[in-house]
Amino acid sequence: MENRIPAVKLVDISKRFGPVAANSHVNMEVYRGEILALLGENGSGKTTLMNMLSGIYFPDEGQIFIDGNPVTIASPRDAFNLGIGMVHQHFKLIDVLTAAENIVLGLEGRLDIKAATGKIREICDKYGFEVDPTQKIYDMSVSQKQTVEIVKVLYRGAEVLILDEPTAVLTPQETEKLFDVLRRMREDNKAIVIITHKMHEVESLSDRVAVLRKGEYIGDMMTKDTNAGEMTNMMVGRKVSLNIKRPEPVNPKDRIKVSGVTVRNEEGILKLEDVSFTARSGEILGIAGISGCGQKELLEAIAGLQPVEKGSIEYIEDDGTAEELIGKDPRSIRDMGVSLSFVPEDRLGMGLVGNMDLAENMMLRSFEKGGSPFTDRKAPYELAKNVVEELEVVTPGISTPVRRLSGGNVQKVLVGREIASAPKVLLTAYAVRGLDINSSYTIYDLINKQKQAGVAVIFVGEDLDVLMELSDRILVLCGGRVSGIVDGRNADRAKIGLMMTNIGGGNNE
Amino acid sequence: MSNRKNHEPLVHISKRDGMTFKKALIIRIGAIAAALILCAIITMIFTGENPFGIYGAMAAGAFGSVRKTWITFQNVSILLLIALALTPAFKMRFWNIGGEGQVLIGGLAAATCMLKLGDKVPNGILILIMFAASVLAGGIWSVIPAIFKAKWNTNETLSTLMMNYIATQLVAFFTVLWEVPKGSGKIGIINQDTNAGWLPNLFGSGFSGSKYLLTIIFAVIITAGMFIYLAFSKQGYEIAVVGESVNTARYVGINVEKVIIRTVFISGAICGLVGLLLVGGINHTLTTTIAGGQGFTAVMVSWLAKFNPFIMILASLLIVFLSRGAGEVATNFGLNQSFSDILTGIILFFIIGCEFFISYKISFRRGGHKK
Repeated sequence: MENRIPAVKLVDISKRFGPVAANSHVNMEVYRGEILALLGENGSGKTTLMNMLSGIYFPDEGQIFIDGNPVTIASPRDAFNLGIGMVHQHFKLIDVLTAAENIVLGLEGRLDIKAATGKIREICDKYGFEVDPTQKIYDMSVSQKQTVEIVKVLYRGAEVLILDEPTAVLTPQETEKLFDVLRRMREDNKAIVIITHKMHEVESLSDRVAVLRKGEYIGDMMTKDTNAGEMTNMMVGRKVSLNIKRPEPVNPKDRIKVSGVTVRNEEGILKLEDVSFTARSGEILGIAGISGCGQKELLEAIAGLQPVEKGSIEYIEDDGTAEELIGKDPRSIRDMGVSLSFVPEDRLGMGLVGNMDLAENMMLRSFEKGGSPFTDRKAPYELAKNVVEELEVVTPGISTPVRRLSGGNVQKVLVGREIASAPKVLLTAYAVRGLDINSSYTIYDLINKQKQAGVAVIFVGEDLDVLMELSDRILVLCGGRVSGIVDGRNADRAKIGLMMTNIGGGNNE
Repeated sequence: MSNRKNHEPLVHISKRDGMTFKKALIIRIGAIAAALILCAIITMIFTGENPFGIYGAMAAGAFGSVRKTWITFQNVSILLLIALALTPAFKMRFWNIGGEGQVLIGGLAAATCMLKLGDKVPNGILILIMFAASVLAGGIWSVIPAIFKAKWNTNETLSTLMMNYIATQLVAFFTVLWEVPKGSGKIGIINQDTNAGWLPNLFGSGFSGSKYLLTIIFAVIITAGMFIYLAFSKQGYEIAVVGESVNTARYVGINVEKVIIRTVFISGAICGLVGLLLVGGINHTLTTTIAGGQGFTAVMVSWLAKFNPFIMILASLLIVFLSRGAGEVATNFGLNQSFSDILTGIILFFIIGCEFFISYKISFRRGGHKK
């Protein structure tokens, strides 16, 4: 393999953003007929590196070779012309157009949707995609949208395929399907680069792994010769233990009682239907489900951010007295002495202010305290310093706007702030989305500490393996309804996967 | 894989990651210098006049005499006050471009009090009533679009803009209704004999600037006050959060509707105060053009200063200097007024244009491969 000409060869690539070196002197090769897993912690420069390959950024230094020829990739069009296609973490599709229209969008030449549709069908048959070219994007599930993105890239003749965390939004079944497609592409002699944080995916899919750390290329190895532990150590630069603890719940008491909750979103679409469950103190209740199954609405309903059509949500004190939460706004829920700490799904869109610095973001929770008309800037500053120290947030300083931080560090800031308010109930959604393995474990530890402190934790997660390792009980949602509640200690992966798509886990719709 | 053409990008534009204050200042000074040089060249080519003579005339127009200097500072104060008024709304991403109308309505309220109460209440009380009426009128005028924005998310740019025309028409109506003398279509100087409702001259008539001082003092106080309000108060913090992310604001329990209405009221109230200063303090009359487009110019001042009250002082000084200087040039050299407008335009173009070089970096690539 080493004697062949690499499909992509990066030589001495560097990219700086202001004072931050996103990549420094990276040398890397990708070969045809292999799947390369690109690993690294958050902010290690994986996405930046791949963005340079796909023409979004331009390297400050270094040279890219495609099939042995030096090339300049100044725009995504150049990348396409060289046969490089990237599927981004955030889809770049136009909702009101069909799959076929999205795929041909931006291509030169005469627009012939019919011919395009035929070619799309051909590609789909070849690799086993299930896409209807005439379907509108807004009618599609997340996994279908992703398929459209991949077909789009193949349609443009991509020989080198880059996928940035493609499985973050997929169910286990969908992930398996995607992997089958990728394996077929490998057989078709394409070069595939996949960025992922999930170790079992790396092990089951990739041929080779390459590791970046702090913008530098650390090395590569054949997947079959290594293991999750070794890869993680390489990423982090020191030994990391990869076990999620699951302490036994201590003296669990009913804390939040949700009964018969029905929620419609702003468009009047039913998002939750007759949802009932109880969350207990000192226990982690995991919530599983495919994206859009109502997890977000459920947490928002409890936090007072989502109007509830029917049903009740009660907060139960230690002495058994219950208080209804529905109808109260977030502020009055807090004023009642009920502390709900909510880590919203979209960290920067809701929960943090991107243009404000760390201290000012800490203030979001506490700025109203005290009778003075002026804000207290000292306490939030101290809190920010503590969070940075305790959670090892990588930041140039307390007065750096949070949007400059990488995803993992942003999440640490948010979780740190929420936990600092000593909540009784901690609601988290996708607390580790996009986080590297090391940061993820830091967050799991934090959540476990809260659990041991008697906090009732409701944890919406997307990695089923983590949910099964962390949760005491797992509530499975399917299309806004409770598909079932299973015990986390002897949960079956396949069964939960089925429950996510069918009520009760049966095969018949 | 057909197209293997290899093209180096000639220019490469990337966003800067923040720039030191000193470097940004050098770029801004460089832009002004470049603008002045270009203006000089254009002046020489088209008029044959000595460009330094033109600049000298501009400076003389703004600062040529004690009286001119005082008027310049008074004009700066008015423009600065309107810019300060707009700033809290802008920080909240509420594009209040209705400053013009809010000033007019404030002025109308003041004029109404002067005309209707001038001979009925003692002067001190009249001025207090005028103050309350103007501030309230401006506030209410701005709150109407704010309520629509808060409750139904209507576009405030359109509604605040349209409120300007309503205000102009209202003022036009009342100037005709109360015209003095009949048929003139003008109100004329209000209470010229009694001076009722005229804002006081500070430090008596012995002091050369006493006529202009009140406006300037208001500007100083509100500049400092607005800076403190935005940077250190809880309400200022709420404004920033709502401006950055409405979702985050809701999530932490900020009452977004309340913040919008309150902030825009403050914005309109300060505009109303400007109306009072213009009618009761400076002009002692009311016309439809009393705001003179400054409600719009102030939008530029606020933006040029990146919403920083202290930098707004410089921005308004620059704009007032240019417009007063341009007027002087037109009369002194017998040039068309448009020529001075051209010079003003060139200078503003450079000042605004240089912001691009502060936010973005342009790197030129040399041909051939790098190592």
